[in-house]
Amino acid sequence: MSVSAGGAQRGVGQGGVGQGGVGLCVTGLHHAFGDLPVLDGLDFSVAPGEVTVIVGPSGCGKSTLLGILGGLVQPSRGKVTLQGTPAADCLNPLTFVFQDFALVPWRSVAGNVSLVLEDTPLSRKDRQTRVADMLALAGLSAFADAWPRQLSGGMRQRVGIARALAVRPAVLLMDEPLSALDAQTRGLLLEEFVGLIARTGATTVYVTHNLSEATRLGQQILVMGRRPGRVRAVLRIDTPLAARRADDPALQAVERSLWDLLRADAAEADRELSHGG
Amino acid sequence: MADETRVAFRGGGYAPRRVAWASAATLIGLIALWQALASLGWVSTAFASSPVAIARALGQLGASGELWGHVSASLRRLAIGWVIGTASGLVVGVALGLYTLARSPGMAVVSALFPIPKIALVPLFIIWFGIGEGSKIVTLAFGVFFPTVINTLAGVDGVPRGLIRMAQSFNLRPWSILTKIVLPGALPAILSGFRITTSTAIILLVAAEMIGADRGIGAFVLQAGNLYDTDNLLAGIVVLSAIGLCVSWVLGRLERAWLRWR
Repeated sequence: MSVSAGGAQRGVGQGGVGQGGVGLCVTGLHHAFGDLPVLDGLDFSVAPGEVTVIVGPSGCGKSTLLGILGGLVQPSRGKVTLQGTPAADCLNPLTFVFQDFALVPWRSVAGNVSLVLEDTPLSRKDRQTRVADMLALAGLSAFADAWPRQLSGGMRQRVGIARALAVRPAVLLMDEPLSALDAQTRGLLLEEFVGLIARTGATTVYVTHNLSEATRLGQQILVMGRRPGRVRAVLRIDTPLAARRADDPALQAVERSLWDLLRADAAEADRELSHGG
Repeated sequence: MADETRVAFRGGGYAPRRVAWASAATLIGLIALWQALASLGWVSTAFASSPVAIARALGQLGASGELWGHVSASLRRLAIGWVIGTASGLVVGVALGLYTLARSPGMAVVSALFPIPKIALVPLFIIWFGIGEGSKIVTLAFGVFFPTVINTLAGVDGVPRGLIRMAQSFNLRPWSILTKIVLPGALPAILSGFRITTSTAIILLVAAEMIGADRGIGAFVLQAGNLYDTDNLLAGIVVLSAIGLCVSWVLGRLERAWLRWR
């Protein structure tokens, strides 16, 4: 197993382990699809309670990296460790929010949230309460009995969020959660994410290719280069999430420097034949 | 306006609609035409019977209880054979769909045996299981088994991997993944497989009953044919058609109930 719980005392890069928070530590990570190297020696850590954004051109292995962090992809080499102990009520420490929502089409909205609680020790009554709470939190109470196909993209991703938060995750792994949505919905949901992340205090790893999402959410921003992916730069933004304004010149400067870092790679990636994954 | 041309509509057609009364009227019209030709003596009732004669034959068969004797024998074989073939086909199909270890050996066997016309095996099954119920039920089950395996496998293959990964990412148990993700996801393919296997089962039922049985609709049709009794022969065929329609109606209801989410 590539993801394992490590002792809280084990060395964490920067930040250290916060109160009950859980961080991640990535060491010597390599990954290849067959002969094709995808990730080439990654070392970084994700500080507890922080939002780490991973940006990079398409095909740089961002999503694969997130899969490895969450134990869904077996890396060729290297390891990921959980730093710290999840809170007692955490039912699934590493929890994904998927780009394509991954909702079960034959279950109602409430049924989709309930699904991830059905194999946990929660009693039926607690489960129903939890589902109702999460739907309320995501603004979905009126849609509890709707089928996923009846929902707009934005509402579908809200179900994805409600489902993820229902298990009280220690680390939220968000894989381009807004990429399948239109620009207006994206803006709305992004602001909701800011509120929810602040409220739950979950450590968050957020993969995106959208630079304004990166500067809106990222406290640590990892910039990945073209395949085989490496960390080309690590940026920090210390402005608290709640205080960030889109017209803040400092944030705009960060966004510009991200674009400067990525522009050449993005152009290269655009010219490349797809290798899948 | 000096020079204007109206834009002509050119997007019509290619969108056939269902017209319920047209379906009913066509069938009634064809039956009426048949009756008219028979009554006028333009077709020989000895060869083609007539709707009224067939209805009369059905009435007599029903009143004497003979009809029910044949139908119940056939339905029993149909139900037992289909259930055995379907149950085993589902288990094997899911196993081939999920496990590397089962897939290649299983597919080799299925591909080798699937193309055999199952009727050809009836004599063999009679040697193995006797002339009685055993050989008929095994023939049916065997014929139902292979299409069920293939449809179930296709259904399981068609379940989006993303949903399975999602379930794994929330630590759902393997049994939950099977019953809450894989099987419901494969259900549309499995149900459309049922349409194929029920009609296969009826074909094999009649064939097996014609080879060695004194009860059952297949046997009844064969006997009527030997006696040049086209009224009873076609009455038997009407009953078969009715069974097929009933099964198809039940499957339609199941699809509507179970696939509401689509």
